[in-house]
Amino acid sequence: MIEIKSLVKQFGTFTAVDGVSFSVKRGEVLGFLGPNGAGKSTTMKMITGYLTPTSGSAIVCGHDVSKDPLAVKQRIGYLPEGAPAYPDMTPESFLNFIASIRGLHGAARRSRIDEVVAHVHLEGVMRQSIDTLSKGYKRRVGLAQALLHDPDVLIMDEPTDGLDPNQKHEVRTLIHEMAARKAIVLSTHILEEVDAVCTRAIVIARGKIVADGTPEMLRAKSRYHHAVAITIRAANSNLVGAARGELQRLSHVMGVEDATLNDGHASFVVMTKSGASIVGDVSQLARSKGWEVDELRVEPGRLDEVFRTLTTTRSAGGAA
Amino acid sequence: MSAIPAPAQSTPAFDRSPPAPSMLAGTLAIMKRELGGYFLTPVAYVFIVIFLFVTGVFTFQLGGFFEAGQANLRSFFTFHPWLYLFLVPAVSMRLWSEERKTGTIELLLTLPVSLGAAVIGKFLAAWAFTAIALVLTFPIWVTVNYLGKPDNGVIVAGYLGSLLMAGGFLAIGSAISAVTRNQVIAFVITVVVCFAFLLSGFPPVMGFLSGWAPQPILDAVASFSFLTRFDSISRGVIDLRDIIYFVSLIATFLFATVVIVDAKKAG
Repeated sequence: MIEIKSLVKQFGTFTAVDGVSFSVKRGEVLGFLGPNGAGKSTTMKMITGYLTPTSGSAIVCGHDVSKDPLAVKQRIGYLPEGAPAYPDMTPESFLNFIASIRGLHGAARRSRIDEVVAHVHLEGVMRQSIDTLSKGYKRRVGLAQALLHDPDVLIMDEPTDGLDPNQKHEVRTLIHEMAARKAIVLSTHILEEVDAVCTRAIVIARGKIVADGTPEMLRAKSRYHHAVAITIRAANSNLVGAARGELQRLSHVMGVEDATLNDGHASFVVMTKSGASIVGDVSQLARSKGWEVDELRVEPGRLDEVFRTLTTTRSAGGAA
Repeated sequence: MSAIPAPAQSTPAFDRSPPAPSMLAGTLAIMKRELGGYFLTPVAYVFIVIFLFVTGVFTFQLGGFFEAGQANLRSFFTFHPWLYLFLVPAVSMRLWSEERKTGTIELLLTLPVSLGAAVIGKFLAAWAFTAIALVLTFPIWVTVNYLGKPDNGVIVAGYLGSLLMAGGFLAIGSAISAVTRNQVIAFVITVVVCFAFLLSGFPPVMGFLSGWAPQPILDAVASFSFLTRFDSISRGVIDLRDIIYFVSLIATFLFATVVIVDAKKAG
């Protein structure tokens, strides 16, 4: 439903978005990850028709945003960063204004507003000025606005930024509920969010896509992927050193990291060579040595580490 | 409340892709919101009260409405250009500055309306607002009709000229408001620019130019003067050229607003 082809945006000599291409299908929730200033918002602003691309194309539901911006804008629900809304208006008048611009009238408008308001739980504050609402409610007003015309494509710039954990959870639940019927793109720099709501993630750094895949695929890029974390009882540091040596001698083991001794418990993270599975070997070793194992688990990989690696490694070369 | 739990609903209550709202509908929706917006804050009331109060003071104290002993509203209209010079920029300064400051411009320009419709809608709202203030001066019209037998055609022409001039000021203000997100700066620059338009053709501006500018430019600048054109309209002389002047001035500055808003989106 969204087709982005080598999108470029330059501001003067600065290239904010540098040849970004991807597509999103119905049912997908695409998480846009990247450090601040990586080009996430700029890309979204081009898809929604706010900014004109320097080159490349964005096609939404078959309409090219450069050629027929109004057709695209009609089919997109957009929550800009910070969920802006007219502060002097009430949610009620604000949603009515959006509805009239979206061509909703009469009974259809009323039922649609009621539906959306119930959906995002705005009932209690409909006649309060938006100015006086809490951040969470303001965000919901923004969401209500974006969902009002039941768009096929939903684009949200940092939908949970600045919300408390409960509010974050609510917004994510909302996204989950809609996911099957829409194509959704959201940007975030909160990694847990990718796991919580996204079916796919794109990491963008310095205007370029550096990774594109499911959260699992991203995690597999982590050097911690398939590493084994083990915690055993250990009376003293001698034992810790011995255990560490034993673990290191296993085949397919790259090394042992994060060795800590805490209150009679020694923890290690056993790193694997080229993603090989070593949990069997580790547990066998533990049994044969008679270690009392408190915890043994396979690391799926660490997103934050992948994120850091992807978004910083090339900066040295790029900045030079 | 009969709120319908929406989550699993797969058939929305309306057509999936409604036909594009017409340009007119979009313009009207924006105009309605904007005009309503004036009355959501004290701005509207303060403006109207001050406008009515100051027109009263000017007409009766400075203009010598009674002393002149004539059944017309010349002393009322004479001061409109000077009133507008300070009051109209106060209305126009928020048009685009505020949208940019609150970030709502991004929302507005990603709704299915063209930028032109948004610019026109906002301008019309501001214009309608000044029209409301102008209409509320009707007691003076009632007074003059009560006291004597004025030529009401001339008075209507005066109101028309006053409204056109307000529109010209507002269009200039709209373009300047699009340049900055700071309303105070928008206000000050608008006052200065409007002042130049008001006085082009008069000593301060002409004296500044006459030393070096060639005659055709002097003539052109002189022809821009709001004051001369408004003066003739308010005398009841409705010259089509004066109307065309104001209308094309408004159109030019609204077009400039579109260009500026579009260029400033990136910033």
